[in-house]
Amino acid sequence: MAVTAARTVVPESGDDAAHTLRAAADAGEHVRIRGGGTRSGWGNVTPAPDVVLATSGLHRIVEHNEGDLTAVLEAGVPLRAALEQFADAGQMLALDPPSAPEATIGGLFATGDSGPLRHRYGAARDLIVGITVALPDGTVAKAGGKVIKNVAGYDLSKLLTGAFGTLGAIVQVAVRLHPRPPETLTARGICDDAGRLHAACSALAHRPLEAESLDVAWSSGRGAVMARFGGATARRGADAAAAALREQGCEADVVEDDADLWERQRGHQRSKDQCVVKVSALPADLPRVLAAADAESATVVGRGALGLSWITLAGGAEAIERLRAAIAPAACVVADAPEDVRSAVDPWHTDTAEPLVLLRRIKERFDPSGTCNAGLYVGGI
Amino acid sequence: MSEGVSSLIPRLRAICGDEHVITQHDQLRTYASDGLLQYAVTPGVVVLPGSGAEVRDVVRTCHEASVPWVARGSGSGLSGGALPVEDGVLIGLSRLRRVVEVDLDNQRVVVEPGVTNVEVSAAVGPGHFYPPDPSSQIVCSIGGNVAENSGGAHCFKYGFTTNYVTGLEVVLADGEVVQVGGKELDRPGYDLLGALVGSEGTLAVVTKITLRVVPSPEHVETMVAFFEHTTDAGKVVSEIVSAGITPAAIEMMDGLAITASEQMAHAGYPLDAGACLLIELDGPQEECRTRLDEVFELCERHGGRDLRVAQDEAERQLLWKTRKAAFPAAARISPHYFVQDGVIPRTQLPEVLQRIDDLAAEYDMKVANVFHAGDGNLHPLVCYSGPEDAARAEELSARILEACVELGGSLTGEHGIGVDKKAHMPKMFGEPDLQAFQKLRCAFDPAGLVNPGKLMPTPRLCGEVPGPYREHPLERAGVAERF
Repeated sequence: MAVTAARTVVPESGDDAAHTLRAAADAGEHVRIRGGGTRSGWGNVTPAPDVVLATSGLHRIVEHNEGDLTAVLEAGVPLRAALEQFADAGQMLALDPPSAPEATIGGLFATGDSGPLRHRYGAARDLIVGITVALPDGTVAKAGGKVIKNVAGYDLSKLLTGAFGTLGAIVQVAVRLHPRPPETLTARGICDDAGRLHAACSALAHRPLEAESLDVAWSSGRGAVMARFGGATARRGADAAAAALREQGCEADVVEDDADLWERQRGHQRSKDQCVVKVSALPADLPRVLAAADAESATVVGRGALGLSWITLAGGAEAIERLRAAIAPAACVVADAPEDVRSAVDPWHTDTAEPLVLLRRIKERFDPSGTCNAGLYVGGI
Repeated sequence: MSEGVSSLIPRLRAICGDEHVITQHDQLRTYASDGLLQYAVTPGVVVLPGSGAEVRDVVRTCHEASVPWVARGSGSGLSGGALPVEDGVLIGLSRLRRVVEVDLDNQRVVVEPGVTNVEVSAAVGPGHFYPPDPSSQIVCSIGGNVAENSGGAHCFKYGFTTNYVTGLEVVLADGEVVQVGGKELDRPGYDLLGALVGSEGTLAVVTKITLRVVPSPEHVETMVAFFEHTTDAGKVVSEIVSAGITPAAIEMMDGLAITASEQMAHAGYPLDAGACLLIELDGPQEECRTRLDEVFELCERHGGRDLRVAQDEAERQLLWKTRKAAFPAAARISPHYFVQDGVIPRTQLPEVLQRIDDLAAEYDMKVANVFHAGDGNLHPLVCYSGPEDAARAEELSARILEACVELGGSLTGEHGIGVDKKAHMPKMFGEPDLQAFQKLRCAFDPAGLVNPGKLMPTPRLCGEVPGPYREHPLERAGVAERF
């Protein structure tokens, strides 16, 4: 969705950003914070803001501490640029959501988006170690630090991650990096029975295999379990996983050149014209999730051991409501969807959300005038 | 006892039963300190509720009477986080000890806060385990681990408490009970779990905890290597990590700590060594063995000697015993000591060790160093002889922390701020940062009754939510109404 506004401000520092927010708060204006704009179609449909705060002026990789496996990045740094720099040092920020070239670090942390690497390395909230945020009271606050172990002060880094910019504008993040496996191999097991697919996935999830990723894919009554391995003993891991998949009745092979396979898998978390619903269920709910998807002729990709799935639906608001009913009480959050669909359903599935009373109290303390990304978030926050 | 607290006692007895409400002064003194004995405050009253519902009723009673309260687990914390309030209620959670549910299909376990850390792994073993493992794991409670975001030796590879908590049942400051998170991941809304874990009991009290557990590793290799100097050991740590190896644990001790611990553990550590590294690798067997060879070579290249690999579980436990004995063993070399908990970026290890040596010389005091080297978490033990030089030891201790912050690190890696380090918070955080912390605290506890006097350097009041009412854009668009 194109965000249009009366004017766009491009701050070049945290102080600039905080000044912009404060001025807007004093004037009773609403500000939309914008990174690369690649996820700006998520959340509630809101009226056009008065001001767009673009993070494109905050584009420095402030620190890459190779020996410490940490980095400090401004919000407007394109994710790809950061990943390329880290890869040159044999390292990675272990976040791999599908992302267009213009996707930014700030947008990634504001939305908390993730990809298949979440299986081993956790989500954005697990990899952030410090944050600097511009607040609508005109101050620039920081929390955490740039070391991986730190319990000084409240963990505002996590609170701001996934908050969709409704508490302030992320200016800078400090992140933990990991060694990047030089080569990867993927064990893949294909089968056409949802129960068997779940059993195969569960068998791998309960073994100490140390896979980089453990995903499932499903469409029209047929699907696959994929386990990706990296490092010196990737071959051994992939062979063991393939054998386990065969034991569970899958047709199994080991894919050596696996980059395209995972690119496709990640790609199914987004859609230009259809509805994508992110489901938070339990791993054991997988057969139920796949059956609900089949009933809507939908495709599914997901993190098998984590219970997270992305379902792409051909239908609109009614299909979303049927899906929610079929896999209740799991949270089904609408990500990509045409604007008319997002207007017709509550994209956040607020009935399944964290206690609204607390969400509202936090919003009121950080953004009492409702300046930042007003109305975009859970419960209309 | 203040009038406010004494007037609550009949109500507290009605909630928890007479035998679970402690009012005798000599019995109250049992609860005056947590693991940080330098601080002691006798609480007005201690209650030991036996269920989440009783905790809720106690908190509600305190809220209605505007009496402050502090939650306490096993009392093994090292920052005074569970230090009582004189005119307040201490809520001991040691009776909430049930393992509520073990759900291995979904790799979850649900426990009450008084369950000890080690009991969680026992409940899901041997196929699974709960990775965060503070040295006090035999006694420390999961509720306390949640409050402090506890780490441990294995968190370099596996992460901290905050990476394993997926759900909390929480009693808020006004006595309302809410469920945050659950067995599932990613409930819509702000990351309240992230805010609550590590909040040092200042936002709410937890009455039920859902944890993620993971498959036990296929294989474990544990080894020790000894060096002339900590600098050599520090280089090995840097090279291990640079080589892309992620050991489950990399622990370092200096000569003084080795001497003290060996006297207690009798593991055969050489007393003339200047430093030792205890390194544990876990994972698939072949991977472990390959990595062990690489680590061996790195140790030898940097002058490592007396390299020893545990041949069985008993020997592994013995090697660990020496490391885990380090804190209590310090009593063998000094009648008194302060334990510090600073963090530095790992590459600053040689620099910070030099600074600690220099400071020890300047103060003419002994400092034994024990640390989680993989993640740069130092535990210097500042030794002193008695009350006459306690103030100087504390000053030396504070200067070590200052050095950590100057080098880009943190005041605390796992023990928390509590009362012990709150005065140091302005060294790491500016006024706008502290104000932002206060916003979160006020969202949870506007009356300031939940574990007051901890974490923040100075007492602050919340006040009303600032700012005039403005029409919400959804109201303006006719989509939503204010309620």
